[in-house]
Amino acid sequence: MTLLPTTTTKKLGLVIDLDTCVGCHACAVACKEWNEGGQFGPLPDEDAYGAEPLGVWFNRIHSFEVQPPGVPADSRGNGPLQQLLKTGFAEQAPAMTVHFPRSCLHCEKPDCVTVCPTGASYKRAEDGIVLVDEDKCIGCKLCSWACPYGAREYSEQRGVMQKCTLCVDRIYNESFAESDRQPACVMACPTRARHFGDLGDADSAVSRLVAEREGYALMPELGYAPVNRYLPPRPRRNGCGETARANSEESLDPAQLPPLLRWMDKLLSR
Amino acid sequence: MHPALSVIFFTTLSGAGYGLLALLGAGIALGWWPKTFASVAAPALLGMSLAGIGLLASMAHLGQPRRAWRAFSQWRSSWLSREGVCAVLSYLPALTVLYCSWRLDPKDDWPLAARIAAALLLLAAIATVYCTARIYSSLRTIPAWNNAWVAPVYLVLAGFSGGLWLWLLASWQHRHDALYWNLIGLPPWLLMGVVLSAMLAAALKLMYWRRLDQAAPLATSASATGLGRFGSVSSFEKPHTEQNYINREMGFVVARKHAQKLRAVAMLAGLALPLAAIGASVLWTGLSLTFALLALLGGSAGIFVERWLFFAEARHVVNLYYGSTQV
Repeated sequence: MTLLPTTTTKKLGLVIDLDTCVGCHACAVACKEWNEGGQFGPLPDEDAYGAEPLGVWFNRIHSFEVQPPGVPADSRGNGPLQQLLKTGFAEQAPAMTVHFPRSCLHCEKPDCVTVCPTGASYKRAEDGIVLVDEDKCIGCKLCSWACPYGAREYSEQRGVMQKCTLCVDRIYNESFAESDRQPACVMACPTRARHFGDLGDADSAVSRLVAEREGYALMPELGYAPVNRYLPPRPRRNGCGETARANSEESLDPAQLPPLLRWMDKLLSR
Repeated sequence: MHPALSVIFFTTLSGAGYGLLALLGAGIALGWWPKTFASVAAPALLGMSLAGIGLLASMAHLGQPRRAWRAFSQWRSSWLSREGVCAVLSYLPALTVLYCSWRLDPKDDWPLAARIAAALLLLAAIATVYCTARIYSSLRTIPAWNNAWVAPVYLVLAGFSGGLWLWLLASWQHRHDALYWNLIGLPPWLLMGVVLSAMLAAALKLMYWRRLDQAAPLATSASATGLGRFGSVSSFEKPHTEQNYINREMGFVVARKHAQKLRAVAMLAGLALPLAAIGASVLWTGLSLTFALLALLGGSAGIFVERWLFFAEARHVVNLYYGSTQV
């Protein structure tokens, strides 16, 4: 049924910490292994081990460069500090690299579900997980067009659409120890940048983390109401930035040197 | 967006087919249609065939075509499902009209049952084309589709291309006739309808492209990543070195580079050429069949280019994660 549940009992989802993510792709690899590789078997992708592999990955790890704005407006003037800034010394603060894992956000209002003509796509009323029933999917690809986050990928091999299941076959799996009932990506993350839990429960660990770190949703202006949250990078320490700049732009005022070195500088500068 | 041939043939051919059926339905419902079996059977069968070929072409787009029957189930939420239901339901009034025309004595008036079936055929054909347009215009992720111009363009172009097919049929049927209008092929009301729909389509399309070129961005790489508060956001390294499904399906660039030329081709071949052919056939009635064929070929090619551009020019918001700064 592609009509959406009006409310879901839980809102299971992920919280991803962009401050600690190091962009190692371990989450993506663990996810691929859990969902495709089985017992470390060969990957079913097209040209999987060739020059142009093409296959479904539920996680994609991007890296973005964030360039802070240039010299703040209040430093534009003619005072001594402003003069110093204008020497090309502090034109721009250093850019920041942010690693950005992207996967299904298990939206509360997912158009990918409502556009599905067959009922293969659905959102579970009990926990809010968005799933594809691969036995009902006709592979029309419309759901992937309806998703703004690129969370759905079509499998040429299977002729159906696939997506993150939030490891629904792990999180309720009673043959696992309690601590292992988490998505494979969360288990694999070496910096613990991924957290799994109920974002509908204000007292859950993930909800408290979101409140504490001011976690946010992606593209809220589109109205899909994603459940997953991202934690912003903490302010970067600028120390090594200053050193790097000093090294790259070091200048020498010969007038400041002792006479012998000044003579050497003059001699060697010819 | 990747312009898949299966989807272009689906929307253009089924558009022409349902356009033709809609004209037939309107003509019979109003009592203006000639009362011979041939003049009903030819457009009815051709319309159903074109619609059918279009629907079969859409099946080529599916990964699991044998499960296509499942697509009739989710009409409560999905425009694609509604399109399928309307497309199939349209065949009922079409076959009813065909049956009535077979039983009809040309000296009698159209019976009420035939006129009601014809009115239902008109409504079902319009509903089908509207649903086709809504499959695309309901997607909030693609600003080029998610606007009020898309559905009118689909409807008007369906009627227009159906009219071109009808003109070819009629001028073939009447090629030895003595009556002036019959020699041209189409009666004045239909000919005017085709001319007006071409002009309306041109106006709608120009306004659609104006909107496309001037629309404010839907989202930015800043909002897609939520990192805009720290500065300007640009893609530094992509997640994979080879293309993935998302890049292939939603990262189509060529069309936008040549958009202006292709838009001109669509307008000239699709709309201006058929209009010129209609004008010429009024002057040289003896050559109507040739002009009708020319109009159909030019019109179909132009509409094919228009539809190709409709897909290929459209930008999907997911590209914000792959290097675009705004969509």
